[in-house]
Amino acid sequence: MTINTLSQDGVQRQQMPCLTKMERMIISMQDPDMGIKLRNQRLLITVIPHKCSISDEEALHVGQLFVKYGYIYPLKEPRNLILKADDSSYRFQTPYYWMSTRWPASELDYAIYLAKKNIRKQGELIEYEKECYNALHKRINHTWDFVVMQAREQLRASKQRRKGDRIVLECQEQAYWLVNRPPVSPEHYKLTTLTKNTIIEHNRISLARNRVKSSICLESYVKYCEQYQPHDPIMQGCLPSNPWITDDIMFWNMNSETVALPTKLRVERWSFSFMELLNDQMGRKEFLTYLEKEFSAENLCFWQACEDVRHGETAKIPEKVDEVYKQFLAPGASRWVNIDSKTMEKTLEGLKRPHRFVLDDAQMHIYFLMKKDSYPRYLKSELYKNLLARAIVPQETKKSVFPFMRRQRHSSPSPALATQTAEDDGKAKDESR
Amino acid sequence: MGEMEQLRKEAESLKDEITAARKAVQDLTLQDHVAGTAVVGRVQLKTRKTLRGHLSKIYAVHWGDSKLCVSASQDGKLIVWDSYTTNKVHAIPLKSSWVMTCAYAPSGNMVACGGLDNMCSIYNLKGKDGNVKVMRELAAHTGYLSCCRFLNDNEIITSSGDCTCVLWDIETGSQKTVFAGHLGDCMSLGVAPDFNTFISGACDFTAKLWDIRDGQCRQTFGGHESDINAIGFFPNGNAVITGSDDASCKLYDLRSDQELITYQDSGIMCGVTSLAPSFSGRLILAGYDDFNCNIWDSLKAERVGVLSGHDNRVSCIGVTPDGMACCTGSWDSFLKIWN
Repeated sequence: MTINTLSQDGVQRQQMPCLTKMERMIISMQDPDMGIKLRNQRLLITVIPHKCSISDEEALHVGQLFVKYGYIYPLKEPRNLILKADDSSYRFQTPYYWMSTRWPASELDYAIYLAKKNIRKQGELIEYEKECYNALHKRINHTWDFVVMQAREQLRASKQRRKGDRIVLECQEQAYWLVNRPPVSPEHYKLTTLTKNTIIEHNRISLARNRVKSSICLESYVKYCEQYQPHDPIMQGCLPSNPWITDDIMFWNMNSETVALPTKLRVERWSFSFMELLNDQMGRKEFLTYLEKEFSAENLCFWQACEDVRHGETAKIPEKVDEVYKQFLAPGASRWVNIDSKTMEKTLEGLKRPHRFVLDDAQMHIYFLMKKDSYPRYLKSELYKNLLARAIVPQETKKSVFPFMRRQRHSSPSPALATQTAEDDGKAKDESR
Repeated sequence: MGEMEQLRKEAESLKDEITAARKAVQDLTLQDHVAGTAVVGRVQLKTRKTLRGHLSKIYAVHWGDSKLCVSASQDGKLIVWDSYTTNKVHAIPLKSSWVMTCAYAPSGNMVACGGLDNMCSIYNLKGKDGNVKVMRELAAHTGYLSCCRFLNDNEIITSSGDCTCVLWDIETGSQKTVFAGHLGDCMSLGVAPDFNTFISGACDFTAKLWDIRDGQCRQTFGGHESDINAIGFFPNGNAVITGSDDASCKLYDLRSDQELITYQDSGIMCGVTSLAPSFSGRLILAGYDDFNCNIWDSLKAERVGVLSGHDNRVSCIGVTPDGMACCTGSWDSFLKIWN
């Protein structure tokens, strides 16, 4: 849930519950007996009442919200609307300026405020304030005399107050306008020319992108789901049995990294895509054995070394890249890999300043080489076919005589039967012990 | 003023052209296409384990492998569970109890968490003396940490309420790349199966696909009518699934650059808090504010099951890497394993 301050009118209704909660807290914080201790601040020779500091870490976040909504404002860096958990000073905002009482802030009031600042001290307005000032000047030009007159009047009246009070009022007003500068919704967000140009560039690139037909994409999802369905335990159960249901961890044992003979499903998965083969440690080993017979094992070793560079420690990258160069890329290297001259040139150039992704192009080249050439031949090879034939299809565990072990795809059993199953489950466990 | 107007008009016209180009490749609707696919039928999952131990709302859960998972709760604890035996392997006390996310490294060596402290804290689980200690504190975000995911033991990506996502180098604790472009708080992120790209969902109602190498936003997907709370990749890496406060989930295809499927029901009126696809991608499990999880058939866009059993909002959901079971975490302080 976000509290979206950045829209107009109707949203005020949505915000009121949050604001009332905050206001209740603020009021109790200022309670003379139970609230936060307030001190007098000395600014040169004037004494300014009611400053406090907040140091409770647990309340930091709530405090941040208070500052962002203008209920408390910082004294040292008024433009930086964050709450710091140190001794920096803050002051409570007067209820006159609370969001719930004075919202929405009108352009006219903002114009008067900016005019006052401008008159009081020429050149005191900062960048965006100057922009707003000029924009307002254009927009409400017809009432500009009124604006200037009001500003002058307010300045004259404030001069008659005590200095301490005057400073407090100025701070309060400044804090209020920092929070409530109109207009500020993200949809009408006044982005600078630079940001607009970036967006236009992004849109141009997006327009030029090649889009595949939706029918082809949908087809690919249907195919993927069909292909992987037997491998999805939630959809179709698993052999020998689902450990979560039968408390039997055979499944995990049979599919571990170091098992002697893999299961049939696992070996089948290697034929779905090259990444499936490479992601499985056992698959990688088998593939390496095959490549060694074909005298192209250096390709896989190179690919593995590149992966190590990409995902390894930053400090070791230069020495790893150097190793890779010596072993695989240097002319006359012991395990020289066959990369096309353009990629080789680019890689060698990049090696002068090694970084994590410097070997990416070469790695991609070798990856596609293996994928298009060695991988399909491996799937047709005797090595793979033998393994597939020898691979285990686990026996469904004897105790799972119940029809509900395999996730069936028609309607679920009635609750009465379900309790029967639970009892049988318990009995079977006792028998097996 | 004149120049801004011109730029604004140009941006708008490009946007319209993109919409037209997307429509041009829409040659077949979902209904026509999957008419021939077999029906899934009702899917009923039962609670197999309940993990008790947290004292307050659980905000995030993440699986490390088929049995180990880590969960974060606002009682200020990060617990690593062996969910099969329901034992707590580690119970890590946190400096700040306002935690909103947690992640398990693929290697199993580290966990990370973060929240309202604006920092991502990395804990080393395989320390020399067996104690779990803070390894790094990654601080540079100016907003709360909404989600974090490890790429490997050296890199982690975080998304934050300051509208940016950041790629960190864990060793040096520095920011390697800042992904800026969202106009609202980034609420969640998901890493592609090939680790070359990642997606982020934000409160500006859009999801963006980023290239990890060069930090550019490759694609932007709109269409939601409220904050996107949850996001994930379809298992083949070609589609993005998002869940939003507008009570719908959408599937965006990366190759045709548009939304292909919407998962919504007139009976569901509360927001989606989390989602996870099953191993084959055929089922999408989504957690909602009304204390339930709905199971959707991802191809037919129909509801095929419900997981009910929690007494409060389901805040997080995850499917094990081998697809065996799913875990839901809730504000009622319990984690349930379903199968």
